[in-house]
Amino acid sequence: MSIKVEGIQKRFGNFVALDDVSLEFPTGELVALLGPSGCGKTTLLRVIAGLESADGGRVLLEGEDASDTHVRERNVGFVFQHYALFRHMTVFDNVAFGLRVKPRKERPSEAVIAKKVKQLLELVQLDWLADRFPSQLSGGQRQRIALARALAVEPRVLLLDEPFGALDAKVRKELRRWLRRLHDEIHVTSIFVTHDQEEALEVADRVVLMNHGRVEQVGTPDEVYDAPKTPFVYGFLGAVNLFHGRVDGNHVSVANHAHPHLSADLPHGEEVVAFARPHELDIVVGDAHSHGIGATVTRILGFGSQARIELQSEHQPGVPDQVEVELPRTRVRELGLVEGSRVRVVPSQLAVFSRPAAGALATGTAS
Amino acid sequence: MSAARRVLPGFGLSLGYTLFYLSVIVLIPLFAVFAKSATLTLAEFWATTTSPRVLASYRLTFGASLLAAAINTVFGFLLAWALVRYRFPGKRIVDALVDLPFALPTAVAGIALATIYSPKGWVGALLAPYDIKVAYTPLGVLVALTFIGLPFVVRTVQPVLEDLETEIEEAATSLGAQRLQVFRKVLLPLLLPALLTGFALAFARAVGEYGSVIFIAGNIPLVSEITPLMIITKLEQYDYAGATAIAAVMLVVSFALLFLINNLQAWSARRIGRVG
Repeated sequence: MSIKVEGIQKRFGNFVALDDVSLEFPTGELVALLGPSGCGKTTLLRVIAGLESADGGRVLLEGEDASDTHVRERNVGFVFQHYALFRHMTVFDNVAFGLRVKPRKERPSEAVIAKKVKQLLELVQLDWLADRFPSQLSGGQRQRIALARALAVEPRVLLLDEPFGALDAKVRKELRRWLRRLHDEIHVTSIFVTHDQEEALEVADRVVLMNHGRVEQVGTPDEVYDAPKTPFVYGFLGAVNLFHGRVDGNHVSVANHAHPHLSADLPHGEEVVAFARPHELDIVVGDAHSHGIGATVTRILGFGSQARIELQSEHQPGVPDQVEVELPRTRVRELGLVEGSRVRVVPSQLAVFSRPAAGALATGTAS
Repeated sequence: MSAARRVLPGFGLSLGYTLFYLSVIVLIPLFAVFAKSATLTLAEFWATTTSPRVLASYRLTFGASLLAAAINTVFGFLLAWALVRYRFPGKRIVDALVDLPFALPTAVAGIALATIYSPKGWVGALLAPYDIKVAYTPLGVLVALTFIGLPFVVRTVQPVLEDLETEIEEAATSLGAQRLQVFRKVLLPLLLPALLTGFALAFARAVGEYGSVIFIAGNIPLVSEITPLMIITKLEQYDYAGATAIAAVMLVVSFALLFLINNLQAWSARRIGRVG
């Protein structure tokens, strides 16, 4: 079942939570709403659910205008960050709740309910916990029960509000893989809200990046990571080095050195900001090289096959003080890098945006 | 005890202190009541505590107290709900007014109630054409007991209601529950322990109430006499043993009822997973 929102507006007092948001969520996909806190992602999810009413715009469920439909009738499954389980009910009763509150003529018999609850508990792999109370479960188990409870009413869409936000790192990782597998099994159109870019990129079919109540970019995880459309998206998805420079033909000049850039048709002489991810920077050593940015290695962090090198750059206009580079460990050994080595940093590619567009940039330098 | 080391320190000290304090403040005075009443022979004790006037006063005191506590549970809950869930002008003033029955000298409350509910009073005059008499009837006793018991339910339910996440109701609603179903199946079970505690406190207060009741009750033998009044009457006749005998009966009945309510409260609290 498809979801469409058109021109959604929402304010809380003077704060604009959603500013003319229009999106389409195709049937059967798992979509992530990603953004920093306060960007409006949870509000959008609640508007879609009907827990919040928009000041303007429409919510279309399967092409039907559902803007005035009460949350009770929208038939959406909602999963809360803090589970919102009924603590006076057993796991079984929690999952059965949605079936037991149905109007009498639609309500299945207790035997049917019992069978259905058992199936759902098997689906979330917790059928052995049916008689426990929520207080006796771990956080990860509680969230799986909350999911089973939401699925019991066979919702047309599943909405998850920071579903793993209250869990520790390890459980989080397990649970998001599990959610992906579950989604592949049941194929309910699902939207989940997160501020964790890794989570969004790993789990979702499609990622919606939001900032200040607006949609910045929509795309598959590859698309948004490899080709960020706005400086915000570039800064938000992963570590990044930020340079300032000027367009010089098909090059960009940073601190009097010309570097190739990826972009778009920016006019000659345009003031720009240029981004490079740590793996898009290379390091050269020796006096033979005069291009690139002079820097001193301050720290080398090696784990796995990649090493992260932190460098202190020579003070130059347009160059950040700290630069972060990612290289294969074999390359680090080849170059003989140690802390204190004087090297030059060479961008293999730069993504540039004109300076005014980057004005609102919150997270600029390497994080 | 030396083998089983406790993680929390100070068990011996805190238990000892608790028992000592409870003895001095509560148990010794109560024991004196029983000791004094024991000076009566069994026949005298029986005759004093089961005379028709005294029996009628038990019925009124315990009946009206239970009813008043029940009324306060319903309306105190509504008041707490309004104070927690809605914003309205003068909310803080209403919030402060709730505590007034605590602070007001009970005799003042009694005189005020008797004045406005008497057939010539503001409210009494409105009810008189319908032949409803409040002052100087058991109904008056009920009004006074309801008045003084109100804060207990409000103040016990209010904090629990404040702690209840609205997400729980949102979850229930998104699963298709009607408003009434949300209340009955989700909210009420979670609030039940607090409601029972409030009920028990309001009831206990009502049973022992004297000052506010005697003015409005009219104190008609067999009709509107409360048990505390019977005790005072005995005292005024220098019948100390008789007074303590009635007091002893009251204490036992009150204790039994409170014990029952507290167990009910503990059971409902366990059910919502607050303990253990």
